[in-house]
Amino acid sequence: MESFVHVVILSMLVTTAIAIVRVKDLFAVTMLAGIYGLLSASFFVLMDAHDVAFTEAAVGAGISTLLILTTLSMTGRFEKASVKPQADYRPLLALALVTVTGALLIYGTQDMPGFGTADAPVQTHVVPRYLNDSATEIGIPNVVASILASYRGYDTFGEVVVIFTAGIGVLAMMMSKASSTPVVQTSLMSDHVVLRIVSKMLIPLIMLFALYVQFHGEYGPGGGFQAGVIFASAFILYAMLFGLTEARKVVNNTLVQLLSALGVLLYGSVGVVAMINGGSFLDYDFLSADPVAGQMLGILLVELGVGITVASVMIIIFFTFTARSQKAGESD
Amino acid sequence: MSIVATYLSWALLVLGGLLCISGSVGLLRFPDFFTRMHAASVTDTLATGMILAGLMLQAPTWIVFGKLIMILVFVLLTGPTAGHALAKAALHSGLTPLLPGKSGVLDVDNKPSGGM
Amino acid sequence: MFTAVTIAVLVAMALALFRAYAGPTLYDRILAVNVFGTKTVLLIAIVGFLMGRPEFLDIAMVYALMNFITVIGILRFFEYSTPDKSANSETVKDQ
Repeated sequence: MESFVHVVILSMLVTTAIAIVRVKDLFAVTMLAGIYGLLSASFFVLMDAHDVAFTEAAVGAGISTLLILTTLSMTGRFEKASVKPQADYRPLLALALVTVTGALLIYGTQDMPGFGTADAPVQTHVVPRYLNDSATEIGIPNVVASILASYRGYDTFGEVVVIFTAGIGVLAMMMSKASSTPVVQTSLMSDHVVLRIVSKMLIPLIMLFALYVQFHGEYGPGGGFQAGVIFASAFILYAMLFGLTEARKVVNNTLVQLLSALGVLLYGSVGVVAMINGGSFLDYDFLSADPVAGQMLGILLVELGVGITVASVMIIIFFTFTARSQKAGESD
Repeated sequence: MSIVATYLSWALLVLGGLLCISGSVGLLRFPDFFTRMHAASVTDTLATGMILAGLMLQAPTWIVFGKLIMILVFVLLTGPTAGHALAKAALHSGLTPLLPGKSGVLDVDNKPSGGM
Repeated sequence: MFTAVTIAVLVAMALALFRAYAGPTLYDRILAVNVFGTKTVLLIAIVGFLMGRPEFLDIAMVYALMNFITVIGILRFFEYSTPDKSANSETVKDQ
């Protein structure tokens, strides 16, 4: 029964992927990508991976769709039709190359241990130590959070810096000097009274939910990444319904850039404080007198840094894309 | 008392499931966008309310009960709003509803103009 | 009992997916995706109860939120983009 459901969902994933490649209307492709993210989240839920399903539902099916839609408003909506192919267009050679490489890869997987066997390296190397000792060494119930933030805190630091770098990249490419002149935007949504009132009721609740997810990440699915995305989506909803100028009054450029750097700084400072207290970088045992309390304090601060950076980078990306697309729309 | 709650919750769940299916069948078979929107959003919200109420009666702890109430309030707020926004956007972009013709009979074959 | 409701919700989702594929106008497809999303929230909640692990409710809440914001985003996209900007002389509208 279970493998039947797995086969059904995986085949739906394959058909969605094929449809994404074949369809030329980019808006429909965005919808299909959202459905792909949703199917992936369901697949993760079926495989009992709740944190990953949570992140996939928030990021892959939610924020990604919004950001791709904002990108589409700057580029065209339809793909260019493939006109007459160039002189050296050799599809059969490319197909043969891809088939041979794929066959070699599949042949190489025959040597790997089976899926889920007890003596696979992923089950025997460090994982038993994490699973057995996480409750006594770190003291939080959610093992995923303890591995992410404490045992593998260095890798998570790299992830946060990657997200920060993505924000910087978007700013470097797309921030224009003309953002100093305020764009008086005739808000097309000004007659959507119902939407505005309902959103005014919902936005505080969304932010509260984001804070809940942030701090509950040690006891259930959640954590810094998901909470940052949900927090940013509240601001994105406000910006979509009330216009970009109103939203900029709440979070202006300086504040959000400062916050994105502050998150990374917080994460790094926790590591440096641990070094000052006598341990190595990001060794939370040395953050307080009791090692378990130090671990919990370290995880709390580190997840907070992650949440702050992710939220502000998502807001930066969305606001920059929207400002640019409005400028492009006006200059036409 | 708990037996009453269990039977009531099963009845609510079954009713919610039936509403789900009937809403989706309406989504398939109705002739026009606005009629489909009516079928979809009304039955959607009501079915969600019933299924979540049925789950609430079987909730093991108070936290689960509270979370179900939060999801219910959220869906009750955003379901009709999304339907309203969608219908308004469709109307503004030129989609006209299918109305009865001069003879008073609904002309199903005459597709509405506009839209994309 | 939970399995019966799960099957009902899955059938409703499949029907909505069919409408998403076959809707003549664009707004039919948006409506179908919205319905699909709401049914997914229900499915996650019911499957969570079926498996005896109510932590799924957080995921259901997040997905309800993302569904709403995505529909609003789509509608805003269609309000702001003019139809001429998307059709160059070289594009082909085929689906």
